[in-house]
Parts: sequence; C-alpha cells; structure tokens
Amino acid sequence: MGSRVEILNDGGFRSDGRRQYELRDMTIDLSQQGVADGSAIITHGLTQVLVSVFGPREAKMRSHTMHDRANINVEVSVAAFSTGERRKRSRGDKRILEMAATIKSTFEPVVQTSLYPRSQIDIFVQVLQQDGGLLQACINGTTLALANAGIPLLDFVCAVTGGVHSTSPILDLTLLEENDIPHVTVALMPKTGKVTLVTMETRLHVERFEEIFRLACEAGKVIHAEIKGAVRERTSRLVGAMGSGPRAGGGDLQDDDAMDEY
Amino acid sequence: MISFASFPVQPDRASDAVRRFPDDDEMDLDDGDFEAGGSKITWPGETITSSQAYMRGHGTYVENEEVVASVAGTIERVNKLVTVRAIRTKYNPEVGDLVVGRITEVQPRRWKVDANSRQDAVLMLSSVNLPGGVQRRKLESDELQMRNFFEEGDLLVAEVQAFFADGAMSLHTRSLKYGKLRNGQLVTIPPILVRRLKSHFITLPCGVDLILGLNGYIWVSKHVKESEQEGEEGFDAEAVYSNRNDYIDDSTRIAISRVANIIRVLASHFVPLTDALLLEAYEWTVENDTDAKGLMSEDVGDALVATITSRA
Repeated sequence: MGSRVEILNDGGFRSDGRRQYELRDMTIDLSQQGVADGSAIITHGLTQVLVSVFGPREAKMRSHTMHDRANINVEVSVAAFSTGERRKRSRGDKRILEMAATIKSTFEPVVQTSLYPRSQIDIFVQVLQQDGGLLQACINGTTLALANAGIPLLDFVCAVTGGVHSTSPILDLTLLEENDIPHVTVALMPKTGKVTLVTMETRLHVERFEEIFRLACEAGKVIHAEIKGAVRERTSRLVGAMGSGPRAGGGDLQDDDAMDEY
Repeated sequence: MISFASFPVQPDRASDAVRRFPDDDEMDLDDGDFEAGGSKITWPGETITSSQAYMRGHGTYVENEEVVASVAGTIERVNKLVTVRAIRTKYNPEVGDLVVGRITEVQPRRWKVDANSRQDAVLMLSSVNLPGGVQRRKLESDELQMRNFFEEGDLLVAEVQAFFADGAMSLHTRSLKYGKLRNGQLVTIPPILVRRLKSHFITLPCGVDLILGLNGYIWVSKHVKESEQEGEEGFDAEAVYSNRNDYIDDSTRIAISRVANIIRVLASHFVPLTDALLLEAYEWTVENDTDAKGLMSEDVGDALVATITSRA
C-alpha cells in the first residue's frame, strides 16, 4: 500500500481502533433550532451535520410550484471551518450542488409530496465538521429533520458508506479511509428493504460490489434502530409534556418528568 | 354515533368474529411488534394494523394490506378509521377556525396571507368589510385602493371561510371582531399547542388582550375597552384600517412583553395554552418579581412551568 497509515492492521483494527464492520459513534439531537419547522443535528464520529426543514410552505418563486405535488428544495452549505484546512467553498461549488441534487433525488420517492400540491419543502443542510461519510450524515440528518417537521414519509431513509481494503470490506469510512480506498454510499428504506440511493465516486471491482452492498444494507438496519429510537424518544417526550398540562377537556395528569429537559 | 377510543391495551383477537354489541369494534392489533402496554406513539414506516379491517386516515398509507404510519405522533381511532396525529406539523385549517395572519402579497381583488399553513391563504376583496356600511357593492375604486385597507406585512385576524380545490384556504373578516391588528406583538408557537376554546379572544386582568389563532400565531396587545372598540355603531373605516398605534403606557408595554415571554416559555416546554394557565403564569411572575427579561433564562422558565403544571 502506498499510504503511510495502515487502513487495516494485522490485528484487524482500523486506524481509529475500530473493527472492520464497526460503525462510528452516532449522536442525534432533535431539539428546536431557531424557527425551523423541523431540525436535527447528527454526528457520525467526527462528521457533524445540521439539517433544518421548513415547510410545506408557499413557494418563494412561482415557477417552483407544481400543481399536483410539493417541490423539494435542497441547499447544502459547508462551513469554512469544517475541514482540517480552512477553506471557503462558494454555494455554487459543483460538488456541493451535486450533493444537494443527490439528497433531493433520494428523498423525492420517500416524501409524500402529492399531499401538498403547490407547496415547497425547503431542506437546508449545513456541514459543521467533516471526517468522511458526509453524504451518509446528510441523508440520515435529513430523514430525522423531515420526521421532526411532521412531513409524511413512507419510511425513514438510512444511509451508510462501505468500502473495500484489498479483499476485506469495511463500513462507515473516515476521511482517511475514504481518501485511500474505493467506497460506495447506500441509502435504503429498512421496512421494505428498498434502496433509494447507491452512489460511488471511485472505481470498485465488480466482484466486491455485491458483498459491500449487502453489508451496507445490514448496517442500514442498525442505523435505522438509532434513528427510530431518537424519534420515539423525542415524540414521547413532547406527548408527555403536552399531557402534563391541564387539558381543556379535563384530561388525566401524567408525570411531569418530561418537563425537566426540552 | 362517533365514539373516540384509544387502542385497547390487550389486543383482542376474537373481535374479528361475530360482533356481539353494536359498538364492540375493538382494534385487532395483528402485529406483535406493536408495543405491549398500549403505547400510542408511532413513527414513519411503523405498521399499525391490517388494512382489511380498518380504514386509513391522515398520517398513514397502505402497503401490502397493512396500514402504515407516515408521521411521528399519536395514533387515534374513530370506529374503523385510523389516523396518526403528528406531534409537530404545519397548521391544518378547518372551516370556522380563527387565525392570525400576515399579508404577503396584494393581487387583483385578493390578498395573499401567510397563515402558517402549507400554502398562503387567500383573502378576497369581497370578504372584507369596506368603509361605508357592511352591505355594499365592491366598486372598481375599491380594487384600485386595496393597499389602503391591507398592505404587505400587515397583520390581521380572520376566520377560515372555505377551501379552494387545491386545498388553499379562503379567509373572511366580515365581523367587527376581525380585521387589522395593531397595538401589540406577535408570538409564534406550534399550532398543536393552541386548543380549541369557547372564545379565542382573551382579556387578561393585567390590561392585555390576547388573540389565540389556531394556526399558532398569537397576538398580544393592549386592552381595548368594549365601548371603545372601533365600529360599534357605524363602521369606522379610518380606525379599523389605521396603521398607527394608540398611545401605550409603560406599564402596559411591560405587561405585553411579559405575557409574550410567558407564551414563549410555555411553548418551549411544549405546554398547551389555556387562559387559566396564562393567568396563573402571570401571577407567578408577579409574585416572584420576575421581569420579562428574567423569564427567558432557563432556570426561571423551568421553575415557572414546573409550578403551574403541578398546580393544575
């Protein structure tokens, strides 16, 4: 291998101490961010993304309205401080535009846009830190933000990256690994097992593809459990908080533990 | 007769058989993964029940003969109809709802109004009270001076009158209670926190009037005495469409901002608003000598919410 760092050492550990199929630590914050209708901050290891969803609302530009369904508008911005080297990326950057288009096409079949004719759903993705798996973090964050905004989804979309080091497949790559080895990002809907996105920017041997793809689908289910847990916890906290106040119709009182933190 | 019922705690598998009582239509929770203990919370992609025995309502869709949730929220059931009520969503208008909105656009014979819904609402020129009597024909001159009545950015209180074919709502202000808003400030909260009340016009004893729009827009303003309300007898267009605030003294200004901040604190803790709760909260701030600014600090807000929810 030409690189200085070993991707996978003899003991079967990766550069950050993970095993081959181990995913990075994942944290999800669904609390209110500003005036967004739904928002989420998600971290995969050192990659951190903030997604804000607005809408469905009246389209700002009349040309964006469609008479039979809602228009999904995705804008991605990358913070100058998000990479190791400080670099300002313009919003017109081709790579960023492509990522926005990818996120849009991933969610178009999942969001029930036909329920909101002539409306627009705005998704603003802000990349706060990047350390590999950027697209996966953006997609998982967007799923959470959409669910948090109460926008009808057929299912959660769970994305994960997989790569292959010589013959051994590995999951959830860091930036270091992404730079060195071929990788693929897979997004799927775990309920039906439908895949909404498969994308790769590097060349991957065709015989390795199937193995990585299957592994990524398995890993997507793990991520689904995390996403589901976060949404369930958030929803039950809000339902609990609403129930703890006095009901107009004389409802029952529940415990107000949910009040402690918002 | 419509009966509201939550899901039974125990799945009743026998109910598919013969109905024993007219109202005995308990839901058969055919899925084992539906949480035992009768939790009513669901999230997108979660199977709720079979589509053969039940009808799908809002917040659900049917796939492979299963009713599946598409939003995160609570499951509600009316006889055979299963719906999921999203915990956070845009305002879903219904005819007769009282809403507060902001003019976004002036178009031929209509205004577009932002009412926190999925599309801008429409206020037709024919649905507003015009100067010179309630019953009169709309003239061409009225069309030309529409900006004299409502301009972009103006706030108004109105009622949902009807829906257009595409689901956009049509508003009307044909009542002396409705019309342009002034002398106060707007607070925005999630619409689910505004419950339907007997009256959405609330007067607090501290000299503050509240308009609780069902769309989550709340107008907090200086109290106007009943007798001084515009258009008591003859309709006074000057006053109703005025853009100038009345004189508001300092104590009223403080009361308005205090009430507005109480609403913000309650909303951030996701507590549904009622007039009794607001009154109680206002008394608490006076007792504890908390000013409007102090309310916004986290520990004071927590203490306020803990006190009033435990008292109730």
